[in-house]
Amino acid sequence: MQKYSVFNLIKNAFSSHENWEVAWKDPTPKKSYDVIIIGGGGHGLATAYYLAKEHNITNVAIIEKGWIGGGNVGRNTTIIRSNFMHDANGRFNEFSMDLWRNMSQELNFNVMFSPRGIINLAHSDAQMNAYARRGNSMRLNGIDAVLLNREQVKKIIPMADFSEDVRFPIFGGLMQPSAGTARHDAVAWGYARQADSMGVDIIQNCEVIGFDVVGGKIKGVRTSKGDIKANKIGLCVAGSTSILAEKLNMTLPIETHLLQACVSEPIKPLLDHVVTFGAGHFYCSQSDKGEMVMGGDLDGYNSYAQRGNLPTLQHVLTEGIAMFPFLSKLKMLRTWGGIMDMSMDGSPIIDKTHIEGLYLNCGWCYGGFKSTPASGWTFAHTIAQDKVHKLNADYSLNRFSKGYLLDEKGLGTKTWIS
Amino acid sequence: MLFIKCPYCGIRSQNEFAYGGDATVKRPELNKEISDKEWDDFVYNRKSPRGKHLEFWHHISGCRQWFKVHRDTATHEIFKTLKPHEEL
Repeated sequence: MQKYSVFNLIKNAFSSHENWEVAWKDPTPKKSYDVIIIGGGGHGLATAYYLAKEHNITNVAIIEKGWIGGGNVGRNTTIIRSNFMHDANGRFNEFSMDLWRNMSQELNFNVMFSPRGIINLAHSDAQMNAYARRGNSMRLNGIDAVLLNREQVKKIIPMADFSEDVRFPIFGGLMQPSAGTARHDAVAWGYARQADSMGVDIIQNCEVIGFDVVGGKIKGVRTSKGDIKANKIGLCVAGSTSILAEKLNMTLPIETHLLQACVSEPIKPLLDHVVTFGAGHFYCSQSDKGEMVMGGDLDGYNSYAQRGNLPTLQHVLTEGIAMFPFLSKLKMLRTWGGIMDMSMDGSPIIDKTHIEGLYLNCGWCYGGFKSTPASGWTFAHTIAQDKVHKLNADYSLNRFSKGYLLDEKGLGTKTWIS
Repeated sequence: MLFIKCPYCGIRSQNEFAYGGDATVKRPELNKEISDKEWDDFVYNRKSPRGKHLEFWHHISGCRQWFKVHRDTATHEIFKTLKPHEEL
């Protein structure tokens, strides 16, 4: 594989950049593989990369219905954080943070990881108390957390509305200074390029039509490009999980819902952090191009549409304007939607299934991007060793029937209430 | 914008309604011995189909009645709305 470096950039300039190697090949599928990963999103690509790198399993195919990076890895608002209260979530996402910090070097691809810090705003005394508790839980797990009072928040984001006569005045906030953002497409492309160079076949425009299960064991998949055999198959398809589960006669604790995001026209550098509104569901950061990147609530009903409706967007941006009044002056550049695999307790599932050789990675809700490296790393371990790693032991499929829920937000099973 | 026909009030905009989830899920009968699996299916497991979906909605900013909507989850087309005791 051709290394990306200043030296190679200069060298290729002499041939007008026409002789760069392709970043990944476009192979026709082989008859069989050791492992097939279904889903060429961030998590699937990361899984294939760590299978090759950590477990030396390189006879691997990634099967993607569309094109890699066209799903949620290219649709999210790029926020990376580990500000969780529950131990399992904190440990998992802090491990993810460690992988993020070294990702550009490891993948030889600039993922533009920017640890700019996240601030969750508080709008009441009760919320300050809740944030103090969450911050303490984070610090016990070795995650950085700083509780900010109103004046401290005002120094960091003076453009927010600090009036005292508003419906939701700012009391303070909880900050995780090491949180941040990364360029989401680059994550998909970086993992794809490295996985490809180690021998992984990335097969795009290939839809899974069915599965071959014999005597309780997985034997292969039927696809739009023919049958492919493998004794180990990993499902990594986010919002499409329930569609594939139906083909396997499985009913999962998952509902597919629609989430929208949007960006404004680009403006000069203004917002140095990721900021979330605490009295509703709105988050905002500024991209390197200058766009304000914004998102918030689910549309609130089961949907596979990948495009949203106006009322939710209007509701979310009303919250945004309550927090940052200047947003009302900006024009909207783009809005889009993605489909989320909403689990019944808000936490993911990375586990084996009752079918031997079939592994499940789903339930990321609207927070899968930050977990991309840890998800790939633990899923690769689970597939390669045929047993869960201690980092994903709590993300089991049977935790629902056993009563060991990981309900970070305390919302219960009504996933559309966000 | 979805336009939903409340069986009691007629067509109104999405803003007046709250979603109530899969309407095909049935609570296990009272006074009957049930397995963990049945309880798991009732509380957590959902088919979440891509296509036709029967679901509850609540006319929360209107007549406050609950009712069923038969809707396509891929196109958002609404085929029919029913009172809660009515079957498709």
